[in-house]
Amino acid sequence: MSGKGMNLTLKIWRQKDASSKGQMVDYKVTDISEHMSFLEMMDVLNEQLVNSGEEPVAFDHDCREGICGMCSMYINGEAHGPDRGITTCQLHMRMFNDGDTITIEPFRAAAFPVIKDLVVDRTSFERIQQAGGYISVNTSGNTQDANSIPISKHAADEAMDAATCIGCGACVATCKNSSAMLFVGAKVSQYALLPQGQVEAADRVQNMVAQMDLEGFGNCTNTGACEVECPKGISLENIARMNREYLAATLKG
Amino acid sequence: MSGILNSSIGRKFAMALSALFLMIFVLQHFVINLFSVISPDTFNEISHFMGTFWVIQYVIQPILIIGVIFHFVMGFVLEIKNKKANGVKYAKNYGAANSTWMSRNMIWSGGFILAFLIIHFIDFWIPEINTKYIVGDMSGMHNGEFRYFHELQEKFVPIWRVALYIVGFVFLALHLLHGFESAFQSTGANNKYTKGLQGFGKAYAILVPLGFIFIALFHHFTH
Repeated sequence: MSGKGMNLTLKIWRQKDASSKGQMVDYKVTDISEHMSFLEMMDVLNEQLVNSGEEPVAFDHDCREGICGMCSMYINGEAHGPDRGITTCQLHMRMFNDGDTITIEPFRAAAFPVIKDLVVDRTSFERIQQAGGYISVNTSGNTQDANSIPISKHAADEAMDAATCIGCGACVATCKNSSAMLFVGAKVSQYALLPQGQVEAADRVQNMVAQMDLEGFGNCTNTGACEVECPKGISLENIARMNREYLAATLKG
Repeated sequence: MSGILNSSIGRKFAMALSALFLMIFVLQHFVINLFSVISPDTFNEISHFMGTFWVIQYVIQPILIIGVIFHFVMGFVLEIKNKKANGVKYAKNYGAANSTWMSRNMIWSGGFILAFLIIHFIDFWIPEINTKYIVGDMSGMHNGEFRYFHELQEKFVPIWRVALYIVGFVFLALHLLHGFESAFQSTGANNKYTKGLQGFGKAYAILVPLGFIFIALFHHFTH
């Protein structure tokens, strides 16, 4: 492998802490294998930085198999980089060419403040979830059989599709309005489609939307960019469903 | 119900409703204009009816003006709010990878349509209001015949005005190419009929402005 790898120039956002002013800094990495994931390439860079006594680049990562939603990064102007239906850990270096310059920035939104370098604070999503992204069922010792309430295949499929959202925030990062409506739409939908969730559906959508607005996310203008960049392929139909749910709940009073 | 306009989805819904209303208005305006090509006499009759019938003048016209103003003001308000939600600007942002130019530039196409509307009001609407309500001439006549068709033809004699109107309608087309479909999504209408609706929306967005351009050119070259 040695000698056949790619040589790359990386332009990376470096920011000491939340209150510091950040800037783009250039780095060079050499002999990068096309089989590496993007995060492995970042590991190579960090090893290089540590060996030369510099501060490594901070970035979020956890499972590295595309399910936890931790890895973020805005790569060459796109959330999770140039591939589709993936998170950054699933982005492979074969998507790039020898000699490329790659721009790496944190997810940007007023509601996602930078903590350090490429790490952003996405707890605004958790506060939206806490506002209603659950069902109030007592599960301590008297759990009912899941099959006691029949659910149509269609509803089950749609709810499951919505529930695949991993809350990574790519939708917000890619949205020109920094809107969180795809995330909230998915969370509202996964419950609203099922009888167990419908009991609290009206309160849920109103509370979650209110929290979303409070966190300072922008307003959706239906560009559809979120749907394209979403690693889980969450559909815009979920935003339409949230709009319907919200309008029905609000107009009924 | 209270404070629905203070919520993000409420604003989006209001934006969509005013958009749907304006799209219906544009369509009826187009149909009436089309009569100026087919039959000048019918065009005169309809113009006189529209310009003098009290329901249209005192009920529908004010609603339309409020609708136009609301759509523009809310459009600018949302743009400012959305910019504020952005945080630090990306050094590199590849918008074309995931969305259409039209969808990302509604504020620009909308802004140019506003500029066009101001010109259009100075050209047609203000003189009409002046003749009818300031001068007090509700007859619609000039030298013994209806003046509407004649005025329309005169307006499209200078080529610069024709060019200006063409530019205005190109921006209207760009705005509608995203706006039509977007209005339905905002009201929550995204279902199995959406594909058909999208096709209709694209046709509407291109054919109606193209029709307006044809009418302007027609009067320029036939008068």
